[in-house]
Amino acid sequence: MLAAHHPIQRHPRAKLLAADSEGVLRHIPRANFPSLLLPGDLVIANDAATIPASLFGEHAGSGASIEARLAGRSSLDPGDVREFSAIVFGGGDFHLRTEDRPVPPAMRPGDRLAFGALRGVVAAVLSHPRLIQLRFEGEPDEIWAGIARQGRPIQYSHVTEPLALWDVWTPIAGPPVAFEPPSAGFAIDWQSQAAISGREAAFATITHAAGISSTGDPQLDRLLPFDEPYRIPQATVDAIRRAREGSGRIIAVGTTVVRSLEHAASSGGCVRAGEGVARQRLGPESVLRVVDAILSGTHEPGTSHYELLRAFTDDPTLRRMDDELNAHGYRTHEFGDSVFVERRERQVGAVVRAA
Amino acid sequence: MSGIWTGRRVAITGGTSGLGLALVRELSRQGANVAFVARGREAVQQVARENPGTHGIVGDVGNKEDIHPIAVQIGGELGGVDVLINNASSLGPVPLALLGDTECEDLEGALAVNLLGPFRLTKALLGALAASGREGRGAVVVNVSSDAAVEAYPGWGAYSASKAALRHMSAIWNKELEAAGIRFLSLDPGDMDTPLHALAAPDADRASLKRPEAAAIELIEAIGEALEHRPVTAGGAVTQSC
Repeated sequence: MLAAHHPIQRHPRAKLLAADSEGVLRHIPRANFPSLLLPGDLVIANDAATIPASLFGEHAGSGASIEARLAGRSSLDPGDVREFSAIVFGGGDFHLRTEDRPVPPAMRPGDRLAFGALRGVVAAVLSHPRLIQLRFEGEPDEIWAGIARQGRPIQYSHVTEPLALWDVWTPIAGPPVAFEPPSAGFAIDWQSQAAISGREAAFATITHAAGISSTGDPQLDRLLPFDEPYRIPQATVDAIRRAREGSGRIIAVGTTVVRSLEHAASSGGCVRAGEGVARQRLGPESVLRVVDAILSGTHEPGTSHYELLRAFTDDPTLRRMDDELNAHGYRTHEFGDSVFVERRERQVGAVVRAA
Repeated sequence: MSGIWTGRRVAITGGTSGLGLALVRELSRQGANVAFVARGREAVQQVARENPGTHGIVGDVGNKEDIHPIAVQIGGELGGVDVLINNASSLGPVPLALLGDTECEDLEGALAVNLLGPFRLTKALLGALAASGREGRGAVVVNVSSDAAVEAYPGWGAYSASKAALRHMSAIWNKELEAAGIRFLSLDPGDMDTPLHALAAPDADRASLKRPEAAAIELIEAIGEALEHRPVTAGGAVTQSC
């Protein structure tokens, strides 16, 4: 597939390839996504705003220029910002492919890092020499101010112009807890929320700290996705119950929504309101207990996002979709086109509900 | 009114003087979780020190590049937003000038602070406000207005035009976002004894002007009514869905 190079969230010619529960494919303009909805359906999006998680600075011991990409924290608590996991890169910036970036100086516990006025220390080196636990100095408000002023959106070389935060905040962006944008949500603007309502479908949100999608290092990439904290509001649980009672489908906007809802239902099959930390990987063996369909970006085979689509439909259907995406010039990455995949069969969910 | 502000997440622009400062003090006193924005670092730090638990943010709502850093801090430090009070205001030319004598740049400056700033900050926080609406906490945006938004006072052209536009924008926001559960209020606090008023009318009899503390209490009551006295802990007894 072609990479989408420009940060246009809702391209007027954005395309959508939809696969229904029987594997029948059709192409529609993505703006017509609400036409796929039936009365009683519930669309759930991730309302996380994106932190400017790319911090350029200096490794004090060596004087080397580094970039630290914040990649995870243990909760969504506003005061819990002293420690993040982070991936460290050497010199250069997003103009270089991540896999071509120079390695940073060796990180050791106690090393001091400076990002403008924001200061931190390497609290620990984690499961990879470039994956660290970064502890910031100061009070939470000072750390938020430092990140807000010093940080930039994490960016990859396929987008050539520097990204601003407004390029990566979805129209419904709320709490700034994501490290990269939950980009499937770019499709959901205020007009489309009205159209969802016009189809007699409902709209709800969860908040999920979407993590880093790629590091450029095969070993690190194998660790993705990292653990991601999420929050499910009571109102969303209520909306799920109403949709279920009316036989409406639960439609997730993006892989993060699938990950949080399925994690919340993983013990006992019930979605509970509140916070959790999604640790599971979803793939062809996963049983979906909550989500019936997904609106997502287009993904290349082999990526964790593609693996998640395999939880929804069978490989022959996904291969036919790949062929269609390539034949019709679909664009990939965060500003690209979209797919809609309905769960191939609903018997699995029915068995769980009857159990 | 007791308890309605406890735990309510409120963001206030122009929070280090006049009405904004009075709102920071009173809402904080009533138990709200308050973040406030102003341009001057020292004044922000001082107000934050004097009002423990409040979150001071340095930024200029009239500057496009400042809006998202401000929104990151508001959303990050409060964990969400239930009430946004767009209070920061610019007079335009000081001393006040007839429109024929108003520099274009002074009109642009008034529009940047009084119209574009509230539009941009509201847009950046709209997702957080809508989440509060969906979750039953209630969501309110207050755009601080003026009788100059309605009456044509010679000499107040830049300020009046920007406030008139803000007032009409508030009305349109309110219609468009009614279904999302976000209320927009355009509130005129009256002529107050504030630094802004002193700039506009240095010779005014201060004793005849309303105290900003009194105006703040009136505004807080109006917002409370718009929140329909929703408790912050809304929601039913059922906590899971199978």
